[in-house]
Amino acid sequence: MATDSRFDGPGPDAQFLQALGEGRVMLQHCQDCAAVRFPPALVCRSCGSPRLDWRASPGQGTVYSTTTVRDRAGDYNVALVELEGGARMMSRVEGVAAEGVRIGQHVQARIVAGDEPHVVFTLTDGAAE
Amino acid sequence: MSHPLRGRTAIVGIGNTRRWNAPGRTPFDQLQEAAVLALEDCGLRMTDVDGLFCAMSTSGLPVLNVAERLGIKPRHADGTMVGGASFLFHLQSAMSALANGLCDTALICYGSNQLTSGGKLASMPDPQPYEAPFKPRYPISSYALAAARHMHEYGTTRAQLADVAVAARDWARLNPDAFVRDPLTRDEVLASRMVSDPLTRADCCLVTDGGAAIVLTRADRARDLAGTPAYVLGTGIAVSHRQISAMPDLATTCAVESGQRAYAMAGVTAKDIDHLMVYDAFTINTLLFLEDLGFCAKGEAGALVSSGAISPGGRLPVNTNGGGLSCNHPGMYGLFTLIESVEQLRGQCGARQVDGVELSLAHANGGVLSSQATAILGTAATL
Repeated sequence: MATDSRFDGPGPDAQFLQALGEGRVMLQHCQDCAAVRFPPALVCRSCGSPRLDWRASPGQGTVYSTTTVRDRAGDYNVALVELEGGARMMSRVEGVAAEGVRIGQHVQARIVAGDEPHVVFTLTDGAAE
Repeated sequence: MSHPLRGRTAIVGIGNTRRWNAPGRTPFDQLQEAAVLALEDCGLRMTDVDGLFCAMSTSGLPVLNVAERLGIKPRHADGTMVGGASFLFHLQSAMSALANGLCDTALICYGSNQLTSGGKLASMPDPQPYEAPFKPRYPISSYALAAARHMHEYGTTRAQLADVAVAARDWARLNPDAFVRDPLTRDEVLASRMVSDPLTRADCCLVTDGGAAIVLTRADRARDLAGTPAYVLGTGIAVSHRQISAMPDLATTCAVESGQRAYAMAGVTAKDIDHLMVYDAFTINTLLFLEDLGFCAKGEAGALVSSGAISPGGRLPVNTNGGGLSCNHPGMYGLFTLIESVEQLRGQCGARQVDGVELSLAHANGGVLSSQATAILGTAATL
């Protein structure tokens, strides 16, 4: 049985994680409608096209929404950060008190390596309020 | 030209165990009791049921488990699982199945022991690897992110959110079956323990046990059964995402789409609705759904609620059983919105009864504002 070569190789989640492990945040750009998607998947969420390109993200984003999770072990931030093309990522903003994170602040991505590599953000100069 | 499904289906029986704290009962026990009550309500027998619709947070194969326990041999079945809105998705599926003769008597049912199983949301695994590293508290942090965005875009305040909880409590105080009936003030909500900003403990729904069921037939057959049928004039469903990062706009839900579909099928608008139930898992939900279902302009629901409009005696009766915030919330509350709508249409609600309800809208939400389903029910006069 012949498989379709367009879908050969690791799946989108594995590709994202592999790049992250190598120090790159990669996002999928649609070849047909230019939409950018995150989390990764096999098709474009806007137009359904399976023709997606991986491109390295500069990691510059804006806080889209934010919450402080109240925890006995210490309060912490959970944020949604909007990256290029409107792609959004759940993350946390570090280097500032949880309650100091505001919608509209400009942030920069940083990769946290380890068993569960993930992307966090830090405030950049000239942060908008 | 009216929609071919408009008014073709009737809810003829309702069952509600009202057992919000019931140690020693499994989710299936709650569901079975509700099913018996719903069938007795309309004078049909369990063996009449040939269309089975169910969803549970504790079983991945609810149709199999329920059919075995109730002795139902379904000709048609649907176990669609989209969280708390599942039962209104089932309603739309049942309308089509009944109208096309795939079944003649449909049972939609649910049971839960969420409170007595330990108070945690007992649910099947659905890992979200792109959220897990950040430890959002599920599901409240997702709703908190939506609330924060709504406050940012429209100036909605925590006091307005608190007023949603107070309105729900004021209705619950008129309902002897509500789980929590103590007086509640805006200041008490605002002083409640913060869980995930801007939502406090008092902005969250209850955690209870419970069981619910409804029985449906084609409208022509409903007239021959015991009781007063509630006719399904329109339904609409919509799905927009699974995880909150993928919600297209955190301040606007796809209740816009589900509502438009339901209004179009029913041939009515928000202005025609006498009574409505919106799934209030958190206080922000009520604001979002009032706006997205067209009961006020976008961004104005906070002011509407703070004006007293949705409270007892207000011009727009909302969540008259006390809602998920104060009546009950066994984890997937959607079916209880339909049951209260039917009871209001029947005029069975005692002290909380709204005068002259001919058209009632029930709206349910699932996941993290992910799935939305709207149903418009009416009396015989609205057919």
